[in-house]
Amino acid sequence: MTEEIIIAGFGGQGVLSMGKILAYSGIMQDEEVSWMPSYGPEMRGGTANVTVILSDERISSPYLKVYDTAIILNQQSMDKFEESVKPGGVLIYEPNGIHHHPTRTDIDIYQIEANRIATEMGNKKIFNMVVLGAYLKIKPIVKLENVIEGLKKSLPERYHHLIPLNEEAIAKGTQSIVSYKVEKQVLS
Amino acid sequence: MSEIKLMKGNEALAEAAIRVGADAYFGYPITPQSEVIEYLMSEKPEERTGMVVLQAESEVAAINMVYGAASTGKKVMTSSSSPGISLKLEGISYLAGAELPAVIVNVVRGGPGLGTIQPSQADYNQAVKGGGHGDYKLYVLAPASVQEMADFVEDAFDIAFKYRAPVMILSDGLIGQMMEKVSFKDQMERLSDKEIIKRYDDWAVTGKTERKRNIITSLDLQPEKMEARVGRLMDKYKRMEKEDLRFEKIECDDAEYLFVAYGSSARIAQKAVKLAREKGLKVGLLRPITLFPYPKQQLFELADQVKGILSVELNTGQMVEDVRLAVEHKVPVEHFGRTGGIIHTPEEVLEALEQKIINEHGRTRHHKTRESSIL
Repeated sequence: MTEEIIIAGFGGQGVLSMGKILAYSGIMQDEEVSWMPSYGPEMRGGTANVTVILSDERISSPYLKVYDTAIILNQQSMDKFEESVKPGGVLIYEPNGIHHHPTRTDIDIYQIEANRIATEMGNKKIFNMVVLGAYLKIKPIVKLENVIEGLKKSLPERYHHLIPLNEEAIAKGTQSIVSYKVEKQVLS
Repeated sequence: MSEIKLMKGNEALAEAAIRVGADAYFGYPITPQSEVIEYLMSEKPEERTGMVVLQAESEVAAINMVYGAASTGKKVMTSSSSPGISLKLEGISYLAGAELPAVIVNVVRGGPGLGTIQPSQADYNQAVKGGGHGDYKLYVLAPASVQEMADFVEDAFDIAFKYRAPVMILSDGLIGQMMEKVSFKDQMERLSDKEIIKRYDDWAVTGKTERKRNIITSLDLQPEKMEARVGRLMDKYKRMEKEDLRFEKIECDDAEYLFVAYGSSARIAQKAVKLAREKGLKVGLLRPITLFPYPKQQLFELADQVKGILSVELNTGQMVEDVRLAVEHKVPVEHFGRTGGIIHTPEEVLEALEQKIINEHGRTRHHKTRESSIL
């Protein structure tokens, strides 16, 4: 099994840390992992993205052109990465702030309203964990218990009391992801 | 082996420096290698092992602190990124001339000038062909993973002390900034002053006792003496070529075409090998792990087997010259690489092989003209 993922959005949305938690979860179940961020000035206020690979084989290139899954959290990233999903692959996006919805018909597309859910839960910072939960519903590549272990590893000790909240956010994301049909977009 | 961690290449290198019992690190921050000094500062190595970590006032100061500490037989390291390494070159030449062991890390970014902070491999020539003035070489290790960023610190110190010579770890922004699994060896003890005297009393300035005076200098105004010194350096480099060459062959056994790539490009080329084989093309990869010494003989032999070679580098064509020298025109050798901080994708690398080698040379199998080898 090899899963190649791009997570892309605004700096501050927790894109990099979501990737890190996913990578740590992979380590917890003995996978090979790589986490390759975009780095530099574009991280401040602009877009941030990270390529995460989980595999049961030695990972060759940590930098890719096409992905099994794209998790897209803003319009710029949609413009950049919709075409980078492999045919038959998965695109998950947060529709808030998206003006041009995806149009491809050769991939599976899903929406997760993570902004709304995180706001309803009273903590916008768990936005990325809602998205992670949504992703794991579609691609259950890591077990929930390993995600929790991954959280413990990647969060400083002083934030460990927030792990139950993160777990709840993951569960909400898992329950709330919906399939998106391109036809509807064309008709409306 | 201790537990497995998820770390950036830069952090893994810094942790490894503490673990191998380095005595000192002198550096100055620069993207994309600042995590090295950030990590070292946050880990408080003076409490863990007594290791000194100091942010110098400049790169020039840092390399001269390295010179001073290395003169006393201490295990000492510095790191920077391209523009900072240019500043250190004078000191690196002096280290080579004075025959001092030290580890210098370059997490390469794009140039020339301030260039870009994104990954690049445009410092190949600087690292391998001298860079600083005078007849000297660096032993150059090119890590291609976070694990190697850690492992090569120990290897680099071993070589530095084996030959009493500066060693470079030539990484880049991609390997420095990415996170992968890494595990570390157990903490090694720093050498005591007594142990250093026991081991290096024949050259290091450890405080004069009954022995004759040790002098650390790169200056010899007497021509015969200076020529002997240069000769001694050349003997070391020949011995490095004989005893400490490192490379990795990936899918080379039945290869009809070959990529040559090191560091981050080797990772990308490895994926291109996989894509090629899915298409039925028999492609292999030779990854030089040491850039000096260089796997010349291995390339010379592979040239009898393959129909063409593509050198993949994040630059406009530097290592390709060494590939051509090694291959001696037996088969076509071309270069592919992006610059400006753009990283080539595995798909692009495979496409370049098909266009520049398989299609271009497959028809005629003739060597290219002189003009076409100019960029």
